[in-house]
Amino acid sequence: MKLAVQLFAHARELAGQDQVDLELDEGACVADVRQALADQVPQLLPLTQRLLFAVGTRYADDHVTLGPDDSIACFPPVSGG
Amino acid sequence: MIQLTHDPIDTAGLTESVRKHAAGAVVLFLGTVRDMTDGRRTTALDYEAYPEMATAKMEEIVATAGQRWPITACGIIHRLGHLELGDVSVAVAVSCPHRVEAFQAARFLIDTLKDVVPIWKKENFDDGTTEWVHPGLNADSTTDTQLHN
Repeated sequence: MKLAVQLFAHARELAGQDQVDLELDEGACVADVRQALADQVPQLLPLTQRLLFAVGTRYADDHVTLGPDDSIACFPPVSGG
Repeated sequence: MIQLTHDPIDTAGLTESVRKHAAGAVVLFLGTVRDMTDGRRTTALDYEAYPEMATAKMEEIVATAGQRWPITACGIIHRLGHLELGDVSVAVAVSCPHRVEAFQAARFLIDTLKDVVPIWKKENFDDGTTEWVHPGLNADSTTDTQLHN
C-alpha cells in the first residue's frame, strides 16, 4: 500500500521535503514506517530513533498498524511554549 | 478559546474572555521570547506547528484539566511564525472559583502543552546560526504517557 508521511520542523528541513511517499506491505505498522523512512531518507538519521509518529491527530507508538487511508505525521520531540 | 495564530496575541482580550461572575480567580500565563539560552544569545525564535493535531491536543489537555479542577473558563493561544525578543509566544488564561485551583490548572496546562502539543521552535542566535529545540534528544525527557496516547 502507498502511504504519505507528513514531516514537520527539523525532520522536514533535514529531509528537504514536507512529505515522503512510502510503499509498504498491507498490515504495516509504525515501526515499518520508521525503518522505511530511515532507508529512503538517510538525512533523517540523526533523528530516527527519537522521531514521533501520529496517525490522524493522535500519537502512535511503533506497534500501531496502519491502513491506506491513514493520515500519518512524523516529527521530532515537541518544543512549543 | 483555543487558537493558533500568526498575529500578536491579544492577551487582554484572552484574559477578559475568561472573566466570569462565578470565578473569583483569574490566572494568566505568558510565555515570552527570552534573550539567553544556555549561555548563548538568542535574537529571535521561529515557531512551527502541525495545526490540526496541535489544536486537537490543546482541546484534549483543556478537557483533562477540566476533569481535575473546577475551571470556570479557560483559553490558550499559541503564536506561530517569526517572533522577536519579548514577543508573547503563548498565553494561557484560566479562571476558577478560587486561586489555588486556578494556579494549579494554569501550571498543568502550560506544562502539558510543552510536553505533548506538536509545536516546535527554532532558535536564531546572534552569531547567525539557527538550531531546532528538541527536548530529550540530548537528555531525558519527562512526558505524560496518557496524553501521548
